[in-house]
Amino acid sequence: MLELKNLVWTLPGGEEIIKGITMHAAPGKLTVVTGPNGGGKTSIAKLTAGLYAPTSGSILLDGNDITGLDMTERAKLGIAYAFQMPVHFKGLTVRDLLEISAEDKLDEGRLCGLLGKVGLCAHDYIDRPVDASLSGGEIKRIEIATVLARKNARLLVFDEPEAGIDLWSFTSLIEVFRALREERDRAMLVISHQERILEIADEIVVIANGKVRVAGTRETVLPTLLAEEKQASCPIRTQTAAVSC
Amino acid sequence: MEKITEELLQKISDFKEQFKGAYSIRENGFCTGRQSSPHIHIESKEDAPGLVIHIDSEAQDENVYIPACVTHGDVDDLVYNDFYVAEGANVTIIAGCGVHNDSEESARHNGIHRFFLGKNCHVLYKEKHIGTGTGKGLRTIDPVTDATLEENAILEMDTIQIGGVDRTTRTTRATLAAGARLTIHESLLTEYDQTASTEFEVSMDGDDSSVDLISRSVAKGNSSQQYHSCIKGNCRCTGHSECDAILVDHGTVNAAPELYAGNIDAALIHEAAIGKIAGEQIIKLRTLGLTEEEAEAKIIDGFLRG
Repeated sequence: MLELKNLVWTLPGGEEIIKGITMHAAPGKLTVVTGPNGGGKTSIAKLTAGLYAPTSGSILLDGNDITGLDMTERAKLGIAYAFQMPVHFKGLTVRDLLEISAEDKLDEGRLCGLLGKVGLCAHDYIDRPVDASLSGGEIKRIEIATVLARKNARLLVFDEPEAGIDLWSFTSLIEVFRALREERDRAMLVISHQERILEIADEIVVIANGKVRVAGTRETVLPTLLAEEKQASCPIRTQTAAVSC
Repeated sequence: MEKITEELLQKISDFKEQFKGAYSIRENGFCTGRQSSPHIHIESKEDAPGLVIHIDSEAQDENVYIPACVTHGDVDDLVYNDFYVAEGANVTIIAGCGVHNDSEESARHNGIHRFFLGKNCHVLYKEKHIGTGTGKGLRTIDPVTDATLEENAILEMDTIQIGGVDRTTRTTRATLAAGARLTIHESLLTEYDQTASTEFEVSMDGDDSSVDLISRSVAKGNSSQQYHSCIKGNCRCTGHSECDAILVDHGTVNAAPELYAGNIDAALIHEAAIGKIAGEQIIKLRTLGLTEEEAEAKIIDGFLRG
């Protein structure tokens, strides 16, 4: 499904953020990218979705080189991206955003189904603007729902989906990820520090200082990571995010 | 009625072959259709062009339509409409104006509306303005609204200029008695070389009166907008105004909100923001499959509607 080949991304000032990363995300698999803050995880997500253009290297989707495609073209090919820091819109409602995402009019039943997956009651939210009147946790869940609404989404990229959402919604989100994994034609790439997400991963890629430090199946990578956590300060967090609503 | 008028009416007042309830349709300065209803009486003004509309207390959940259309250039239409709304009435007034101009001459509609709202009545006033046509002649709409609200009267004004109007000067003045409530939601779009000037002046003169003024505007192309609001709290009252504008291309907005508190118990708030569309908003919508142009249009549409 997704292949990153020797990807390099350098800031205009010359600082190299991503230093030759090669990795993949396979259909029917949940691939979690983890590692210390500032190591390049979000940059990988944004390079994949087309928000950043790599300095060198290539990005392949189903074997086709999409490195030169912009974010709109990648979205049309099925790459869906949930932002770490969701965007506020003055005027656009939750319904508007989900309908844009779904490329269709959505009745209350479908809206309820989408928002229910992220722990929100559609009746209370569909006509609310996606602005600062929503809490951080609410807007984060709506952001995740925009990815779930994408009909043609084949590669789902979630950037720290756990950030800002409460325990109940987080548990629900884990179930959503499990269900999505069952859809064998989709791949999931999740940026996360969360141990509970790492525990359901099929593949784990640890990125530090712009490079892949270690990659492999959960069974091979996670025990080592957890052992490191016990010995020293480690990027993996075992606690859930703060309750936000 | 001309076909152009019908098309304009569909855009400004959801016209579908006919109106239900009381109505008066103005076309190029002349009445092309009028109907009163049992509780809403529409008469011609005797001393000036325009209408006198009496809405009695029995009018509950009724509509009255008073659209005006100009269909060609070399028209300068001036109309005075007075609305007398009796105590306890509950009505929706759908105004609106469309100016179509395929010529080199100017076309203008200037509607001066006066509202006299009795105690405890509730009026929803909806006004949509649009300019159409291919001529170089200016399309101008200059609405003036004067409202007097008696005790506990409620006036909700929902006004929108959706495009095509080259020049507009919009003036709204209101005085509020005790317990009266005024809500104004204005949406304004200018583009090309269009100009718009908006002036609000609201005076709260009775205890526990309130005003909520929300203005959303978008200035595209080389268009320019002037905005001035003045909310006066002369008593124990609450006033809130919110003025937001989006700039696109070389559009400009000069916003000057003004608050006057003439009483220690007057609580007045103003919020304002002017700027371009946030880049992250465009990016988010592009990751959902929209092009940059489509994303911008969606954001502007939502902003003006919201």
